[in-house]
Formats: sequence, C-alpha cells, structure tokens
Amino acid sequence: MIYLDANATEPLRPQARAAVIAAMDDIGNPSSVHAAGRSARRRLEESREAIAACFGGRPADLVFTSGGTEADALAIHGLGRDRRHIVGATEHDAVRAAATDAIVLPVDADGVADLAALERLLRDGPALVCLMLANNETGAIQPIAAAAALCRAAGALLHVDAVQAAGRVPVDFAGLGANSMALSSHKLGGPPGAGALLLSPRAAATLSPLIVGGGQERGRRGGTPPLPAIAGFAAAACAAGGAAAVEPLRDAVEHAATAAGATLVGSRAPRLANTACLALPGVPAETQVIALDLAGIQVSAGAACSSGKVARSHVLDAMGLGALAGQAIRVSLPWNATAEDVAAFAGAYQAMARRLLRRAA
Amino acid sequence: MTPRPNRPVYLDNQATTRCDPRVVGAMLPWFGERFGNPHSAEHALGREAEAAVEAARAQVAALLGADPREMVFTSGATESNNIAIKGAARFAAGMDTPRRRVVTVVTEHKCVLESVADLAAEGFEPVFLPVGRDGLLDPDILRDALRRPTLLVSVMAVNNETGVIQDLATLAGLAREAGALLHTDAAQAVGKIPLDVEALGIDLLSVSGHKLYGPKGVGALYVRRRPRVRLAPLFSGGGQERGLRSGTLAPPLLVGLGEACRIAAIEMAEDNRRIAALRDRLLDALAVAVPGIVVNASRSARIAGNLNLTFPAANATDIMAANPDLCVSTGSACASAQMEPSYVLRALGLDDAAARRTLRIGIGRFTSAADIDYATACLASANASASPVPIEA
Repeated sequence: MIYLDANATEPLRPQARAAVIAAMDDIGNPSSVHAAGRSARRRLEESREAIAACFGGRPADLVFTSGGTEADALAIHGLGRDRRHIVGATEHDAVRAAATDAIVLPVDADGVADLAALERLLRDGPALVCLMLANNETGAIQPIAAAAALCRAAGALLHVDAVQAAGRVPVDFAGLGANSMALSSHKLGGPPGAGALLLSPRAAATLSPLIVGGGQERGRRGGTPPLPAIAGFAAAACAAGGAAAVEPLRDAVEHAATAAGATLVGSRAPRLANTACLALPGVPAETQVIALDLAGIQVSAGAACSSGKVARSHVLDAMGLGALAGQAIRVSLPWNATAEDVAAFAGAYQAMARRLLRRAA
Repeated sequence: MTPRPNRPVYLDNQATTRCDPRVVGAMLPWFGERFGNPHSAEHALGREAEAAVEAARAQVAALLGADPREMVFTSGATESNNIAIKGAARFAAGMDTPRRRVVTVVTEHKCVLESVADLAAEGFEPVFLPVGRDGLLDPDILRDALRRPTLLVSVMAVNNETGVIQDLATLAGLAREAGALLHTDAAQAVGKIPLDVEALGIDLLSVSGHKLYGPKGVGALYVRRRPRVRLAPLFSGGGQERGLRSGTLAPPLLVGLGEACRIAAIEMAEDNRRIAALRDRLLDALAVAVPGIVVNASRSARIAGNLNLTFPAANATDIMAANPDLCVSTGSACASAQMEPSYVLRALGLDDAAARRTLRIGIGRFTSAADIDYATACLASANASASPVPIEA
C-alpha cells in the first residue's frame, strides 16, 4: 500500500510517537497543584514553548485546541465579531463555515490571492481577513506578509490558516505580521487531537473564547488539555524539517502524470514541495481515486471531509478550471515518501490513464 | 515518620485518572502504522480508521444504553457541555420558542455554570438552583423552577468535588413533564455508576475520556434521537459528526475511549466493590486517628471513589504542603491554583474556615491498600501537627 495523501494526514513521526508514549506516564491533570499535576504541567508548558519557538509565536499567546478546525473557528468567532469577513476563495471549509456572510477574495488561475482586490475590499470598514498560508489541494502559498501589511494599514485583522504549511515551509508568525494563525498536529506528523492558535498581542487582548469553563489556557479555551497529543505535536513540530526533501519525488510524480496525459493544476504558483494537483481531462476525479485505490495507491480528490463522497472542489472552481475542477486528484507526499513509492504511483497512474482516457475519448 | 513511597501516591481520581494500560495498548497501533484520516473515504487506510472510530462509537453507546448514532465525539466533557447547553439554546432561539429559561444547579462544574450564564447575553434566563447540605437537588425545588416555560435543565450526574449522585431519574421525569430537555454532565459518573439514558430519560449526556481511565483530549455527547433533540453546532467546518462537531476525528484517542468504556462495562461492579472497601479502610482509620473529621455531603448517594473530608484542625493547603508525595486536592483541578474556597462547599453550607480545612480524596482503579495506609498516616500526622497541644491536667 502506497500512501500519498499526506495533506489529509501525515504519518506519525517516530519522535512524536515516543513523546506520546512518554506523556502517558504523566498521570496527573496539568491544572492540579500536586506533584503529578506539576509534572503534567511542566510537559504541557515545555510543549507550548517548543511549538511557539518553531513557528515564531509567544508561548503565552499560544492557545491549545483540539485541532486546526477548532483553532480556525476560535480565531474567526473570537476575533471577528462586529467585523466584515473577507475570506480567500480557496480557504478550507473550517474557515469558510466559520466566516458566515463572507466577502470572497478572488484568486488567480494558480490559486494566488488577488492583493489589489484585497486592498479595495479593505476600504469598506473594519474587517477580519482569512487567508491560508498554503492550500490543501494545490499547495499554493499565499503572499501573507504582503496581505498582512495591507490589513495593518487598513486597521483590519488577519487570520492565517497555516495547517498545511507548518512543518513543510518555514513559518514565522511574528515575521508574517498576522494577528492569529492556526496549526494542526496531525498535518505535520504529530498525532490527531491537538492543534493550536497563535495570537499577536493585539489579538490576545481581544479574543473571546469559544469553549468556556475551567479557566484553562488563560481563559481562552476551557477543558483539560489533551496532554499526550500535545507532547506528540511538539515533538513532531521540532522534527519536521520542511518538505524540500520530497520535492524531487513530487517532480517525478508530475513528470510521470504529464507524460500520461495529465494537466498540472496551480503549478506556476509558489507552492508546497510535497503537493501535486493532477487533472486528467474527461475523467471524473472519483473514478481516478477508485482506480488508484484498487491499485494500492492512496490519494484523494481534495479535502478529506465528512461526506465520504467526492464533491466538486471549490478550490479548483475558484481558480477557473471549469470542467477540469471535477477531474483533478491530489497527490501529497508524506515526510517518509520514497522513490519506490513514486515508481509505484507512476506505473499505476500511467496504466489508469491509458485505460480511462481511451474510455473518455 | 511514614516512609516515603517510591513515587507519589495518587488519590485525585476526580481530577483525572491514569490511562489504563489496556487502553494504552489498544491505542498504540493507531499511534503508528494505522495513521489514516477517518474521513479519507477514498482509500483503504482511511476506511480502516473510519471502521475503528465506528467500533469505538458502538462501545461508548453500549455503556450508556444508547444507539451508536446518538453519540457525537468531542474533545472532552467541557466541549460536550458547551455544545449541549449553548447548542440546545441556540437551536431553539432559531425556532422562535417561547421557552427562555435554562435551569442548572449551583454545584455544577464551571463549564456548565459559565455556558448557562453566557446565555443571558443571548436572551435566555439562567436559573441556578441551590442544593441541600447533602449536596442533592430537592426535586420540589426543580418542580418550582419549571413552573416557568423552561428550555433546558442541566444537572450533573455525579459531583466532581463531593461525589454526590443526583437522583437523575426523578429530575429527568420532572423535566420531561414540563417539556424541558434534560442534560447531564456525566463526566464523573460514566464508568463509575450504571447509566442508562433510556431508563433515566436523559436527552443529552456528556462523557469525558480521561475521567474513566481513557486518554485526555476526547469525549462524547449523547444526543437523543427519539424524540430527536436538535442542537446548533458550536463551530462548523468540514461537517464531521453530522455537522454537529467539525474537525478531523482522532482515531487513537477514540479507540482509547471505546476501550475504556468496554472495560468499564465489564469491571465497574468489581471496581466499585474494591474501591468502596479501600474507602472504608481509609475512613475507619481516619475516624480513629483524626477524631472530629467530617465527611461532607450525602453518605449514601455517592460514588465509591470519592471522599470530601473536613479536618478539625489542619488547613487543606498545609496538609498538601506537608505531604508532597500525596496527590490529593482541595477541589476541582481547574480551580486548583485559586486560593478561594470552593463554591461547591459553600453551597453545601460550609463556612470559609471549614472549606479551607477540606480535602477531596479520589480513590481509583489503580489505588492499593498500601496507598490508603500511606495516605492515612500522612493525613493523621498533618492534622496532629496543626492541633493545639493538649494541656495536661
């Protein structure tokens, strides 16, 4: 079985597994003042400091959550009250669902946000802008620092969903100049069940909580923190060395696919080195992923979400792909991808393309 | 002098419990080779994770007498309580119901009290009912509160500080007669006492993983299907958990929660027998060694593993400081760092001085008789050193 669906979830890194297992020995509740509690608290705070250090945040302004979706929701509900929501057209559903009545910020054919449009939209009053650092379907990297400068000048707040970017490209929250940034453990090789929201001093002063009670996380998020998952999150964040190592493998995936008749989607944008978005003209994405699954290749047709069925991608629609939007699959290489994985993919993809393109023709 | 144990003696099982080694064992493969996203229905690894999540859902449901489709997975009981209370109110607000009253009890966990209180800003009428010295809510007091059209009643099954078990069957019956929903925060009750949502007539029930020897970071909310209870989600996104709770589910944690529920269903009675014997051993010894010690709240309607004790002389914080190898608490873990006396104890009628001399002792599945004897010695000696020196006649 060849796993090429890292943007759905990364395989757990060995360092993260070890940290999870070690944290299981902390039997206390980090809020308890006795020895067992203090030991758990120490591990929690060390994890907080490690993650903050990896991504350029302040430990005191890092709020642990259950994952990326909750972090996005906390930022948007907690900072966006009484502000217009301006949301990138290719944002994840976690952001799109939280930012109701949003004004959509268009993207170009490669999925990059239109900053001139952002500048115009910002003139109409107080706003919260949501722009992802890297897209989950195409890997496109947004010009966050430039967007942050526009937001700052206009008095707007900027929330960045860095769930797919963290661990794959260097991320410096303070340097980007955003007001909040969402992270997910399992997207960078940590265990599922933990995430974080980084806050700028301005955002930290105004955030209202989504889950109340208990006073944990400085009152910003109630509930006993998921300690073993958080310890694994920190270990994975420290171990994640960026996706550059798999770039040659990704290029080989794209080379094999284009040779078989595929069109690359969004490949001219600055993008994550592990992600390829491959359209096969005339062949529904669902047919492709089923064929590849039968061949033992695990890829996806977009975001892994609730429906269990393949929906047409709003990301590719926003990029103006037309019919191709329903004919693209995502190949996302995990941190431990090998040349053998790519060779297996290439063989299966080319066999599939030969068969399905003949049928589509 | 009592010899020091080779590691701290943990008697704070209402704050959190050690993850059962069998639970850890069940989780390990999911912290490894089986790392799939359960929502990746397109491939085998995802489907394997989805099957594990659904098996866990069935295990949790079975412990509560619920249908697996009635279980919504969350990050823990605090989130479950937030979703149940705010979700029921916000959904009803969208339906234009005349029911505005949300009733709860003063001894609830902070997350329930704050969720209910927050609803005032959304046009609801929060009502906080008192308890008696025994910690129990008098059904007549609830009956009175229900004379005004009430949307939701939230009463915890077992109190986290006193261990008192509320008479849910009676209270739920009153709520149902009045047309109100009944939610119960059962974080301290699941796996400790038998709970059957059908027999009790409960509409919403919150579960915590780490309070029943499962992992931290996972919980569940039971949401009745017949008649259907409708909730608005706290936050949206990918639409997982039928839109009620978005976000990637965490298979290892859910497998752990499921295993913890499976074990509880089988071993609850035996655990309780053993834990009650340890509790009696502690109480009998303290009654001799610390004359005048008081057990707070009902002696009969309580779980086996909890003792809330007021000492005649020593302050709780002094007892804890004198015994760094004994993990006990002054009350809720969330409020541990606060020096304010517990609001739960105040509600029982304890004055601040008595509340400051009060400790919570939580005995659990992994407590040994030696742990109890060590605790007895520690507590007796701490109280003695705080007692006034008797004057020889």
